[in-house]
Amino acid sequence: MHTRRNFIKISSIGIGATAITGGVVKWAVGSSSSQKLSGGIKSSPIWKKFPTYCEVCFWKCAGWDYVTEDGQIQKIIGNNDDPQCNGRLCPRGTGGVGMFSDPDRLKTPLIRVSKNGEQTYREASWDEALDFIAKKMKEIAEKHGPESMALFNHGSSGKYFTHLLNAYGSNNVAAPSFAQCRGPRDTGFDLTFGESVSSPEVTDIRDTRCLVLIGSHIGENMHNGQVQEMSEAIDKGAVIITVDPRLSTAASKSKYWMPIKPSTDIALLLAWIHVLIYDDIYNKEYVAKYAEGFNELKEHVKDYTPEWAYGITTLKPELIRNTAREMANAAPSVIIHPGRHTSWYGDDVQRSRAMAILNGLLGSWGNRGGIFFKEGFKIPEFPHPEYPKPAWSWQDTLNGRYQFAKEAVTNTIIEASIPEEGKEHIIKGWIVSGTNLVVSIPLKEQLMKAMQSLDLLVVVDTMPMEITGFADVVLPECTYLERYDDLRATAHREPTLALRMPAVEPLYETKPAWWISKQIGERLGLGAFYNYTDLKEVLDWQLKQVGLSLTEMERIGVKKFARKTPVYIEPGSDHQFKTASGKIQLCAHELEAAGFDPMPKYTAHAQPEDGFYRLIYGRAPMHTFSRTANNRNLVALMPENAVWVNPQVAELWGLKKDQYVWLKNQDGVISNFSVKVRVTERIRWDSVYIVHGFGHHHKPLTYAFGRGVNDTELITSIKIDPIMGGTGMRGNFVTFIKDKPKQEAKS
Amino acid sequence: MAIDTRKCVGCSDCVVACQTENNVPVGFCRDWVVEVVDGTYPNVSIELRSERCNHCDNSPCVRCCPTGASHFEDGGIVLVEHNKCIGCGACIEACPYDARYSHPDGYVDKCTFCIHRVREGKNPACVSVCPTRCMHFGDLDDPNSEIVNILKNRKFKSLAPEAGTKPQIFYLV
Repeated sequence: MHTRRNFIKISSIGIGATAITGGVVKWAVGSSSSQKLSGGIKSSPIWKKFPTYCEVCFWKCAGWDYVTEDGQIQKIIGNNDDPQCNGRLCPRGTGGVGMFSDPDRLKTPLIRVSKNGEQTYREASWDEALDFIAKKMKEIAEKHGPESMALFNHGSSGKYFTHLLNAYGSNNVAAPSFAQCRGPRDTGFDLTFGESVSSPEVTDIRDTRCLVLIGSHIGENMHNGQVQEMSEAIDKGAVIITVDPRLSTAASKSKYWMPIKPSTDIALLLAWIHVLIYDDIYNKEYVAKYAEGFNELKEHVKDYTPEWAYGITTLKPELIRNTAREMANAAPSVIIHPGRHTSWYGDDVQRSRAMAILNGLLGSWGNRGGIFFKEGFKIPEFPHPEYPKPAWSWQDTLNGRYQFAKEAVTNTIIEASIPEEGKEHIIKGWIVSGTNLVVSIPLKEQLMKAMQSLDLLVVVDTMPMEITGFADVVLPECTYLERYDDLRATAHREPTLALRMPAVEPLYETKPAWWISKQIGERLGLGAFYNYTDLKEVLDWQLKQVGLSLTEMERIGVKKFARKTPVYIEPGSDHQFKTASGKIQLCAHELEAAGFDPMPKYTAHAQPEDGFYRLIYGRAPMHTFSRTANNRNLVALMPENAVWVNPQVAELWGLKKDQYVWLKNQDGVISNFSVKVRVTERIRWDSVYIVHGFGHHHKPLTYAFGRGVNDTELITSIKIDPIMGGTGMRGNFVTFIKDKPKQEAKS
Repeated sequence: MAIDTRKCVGCSDCVVACQTENNVPVGFCRDWVVEVVDGTYPNVSIELRSERCNHCDNSPCVRCCPTGASHFEDGGIVLVEHNKCIGCGACIEACPYDARYSHPDGYVDKCTFCIHRVREGKNPACVSVCPTRCMHFGDLDDPNSEIVNILKNRKFKSLAPEAGTKPQIFYLV
């Protein structure tokens, strides 16, 4: 009789319109408190609140942790003064307390030991673990030089370990967020405008009249500020154009959904450029004033007509023309959104360049509703001795490749960790902080070889992610709700500062990363770089330098500052872009000089063989990467991923809704676990789609273990972008296996 | 309450916010998100909407409750008085929206429109957290309220109107 509801209902209750039947809600605000409340309904108690900024994703929304009388974190609510969230956290931020309360958290330091010939971990004291690390780091410095230590990081904690490595004598600091994610976009926009679009992106979505999304699924990627602004743009009647082989949430809200054949985006972009130029509807005044290379571009796109693109993209020429006109009509209040995860096919810098060029032709950079100029608030660095100059650095691991990489390329650091005869720059030790490399780096074989060759592998995390299983020492970090951290200084429309302070004491033996870094540093004789006993002193010192104090920030959480520079190009001003010539580079001679195409060209990419489907992956709004799959406050919303299959394909294979299948890729790799089939008209027949971050195979993640599939394990064909080293991951194809394959799931 | 399906992205923040605001036990929820897909590729549309108790004007749950636990609170919000509820589940069967569940503590539970917040002049937790601001809450009897204004100017529908329960949540389309 009693039904326990499925968590998110996917149903189709009858649709019909009805007239308003007259109001019923007649509450009075502030009505008599003597009114008897129904059982179980309490009026809001007075809880203590502590400021924080979120660490569930990189958007870092500021909020308040509400703590009950008995010391429990009851809820986390956005800070109204924070322009990054406007008082509204996303589901992950709202459910962030699940990171704190996760029963599977790392609880004590662990050291790898050999017991009866088998490797295992034993619990260790902090002193023991830290002494071990310091001893090994000293040995590495003596034997190979301090440059042979590297750091892989993501998130707030990375900064303390970067400081540690810099003080120790290495700047081999890499993050998967570059080569595995936003690197191509940053490089492409930088080559065009002299700077990239930052994070949070400087896209003026709020005031745009036309938003163009190329595979970017805002709303499913829950980059809070952007989602909020897209909603505002919908209210204001902005035209949204979404290019995606899948009917994404954003596509469903678009005036134009362009269901492109995957891997052909550059052909569409070139055709759009062609239409803007040859139909003479580009922003002539802007281009004449701020851009160079127009004639070369015009000649370059001469033959890239919409008819040419039709045969490649499967998008009708009229649709290509109409959408180009929509952009031109809205210009300069138009955004060709740069996207974020852009390492797709190996020619990703060129695709990003094509998107940047379109923005240039439409005049969006520096105009309202386009791309605005950010301004930040500079916080002085806490004084420390000058860092020693490393004898070599990550640039030397490139060996002449990836000349336009402005950040360290994870792949080459990993490569440098594999010993080979005559290798000049060798890496012997890693610290891994806040990134689950096993799931974020697709070059698995290389990664495994590298990890096997290291003298030291330290993993700092809050959770027993897969990467912890490879460590010599695992250090349990406390969550963002239990610690102070560096001030969040955001450069955006308004400069802001945000404070994170602990709402509760750290659980178990967990410690904040700043403390871990300081402890290792002091053991290495680098105490002068840590001239404080508590991070609070650093924060208070920094804040006092700018006329604030820690006490004040603990009260307000977020401080906004007035801008000193214009948000947009001022009329009549002679704006200089940050390129060498001060002009937008429609034709990038810099690329040409390095042996690359100065303007994007379309290259045909591999297509699936019969019976195979392109593996497309993306995000769900209630999860971040692989880090939330065990968060009990979020998992009920989406406990596992599903493979999206077009109904025609499902019929061909005899696949039923909710049936579990295994996926096998073009190289014969079979998924560790099975995945549920979602039969849906939202996906093209030549592709399948899964949400990234599932299929955990580490048993200590007791909830997430074995739920869904991990896309990274099926991504074995990598196309590396020669311009900046990005790992293109969208050239993988999978087929279905209906019966359980013989391989055993690894644990 | 009015919910704008053109803006909702189905992120389920409303669900998480409700759970933490109202201490909803793990595995249960008072609100949820529905996705309706229509058409065939590439002529496909989807509607996303956040659903909960419709606080019906003509509520079968109130009518069928043997103990009077299900009742109209001032202003027409439908509530369950936990102390009076015997957990018989008649209301769960009667609700055309499947908006109620059996709480592990033995009573029936559902959306209260966060009446404890509303009485303090705040919006329900789901409304106040929504990143897309797709939900609007207000007094349908006040001709000058924001919600009445929205309903005057936008096309809307309600769910399962054929059930005749006079639901009070309106979906803007």
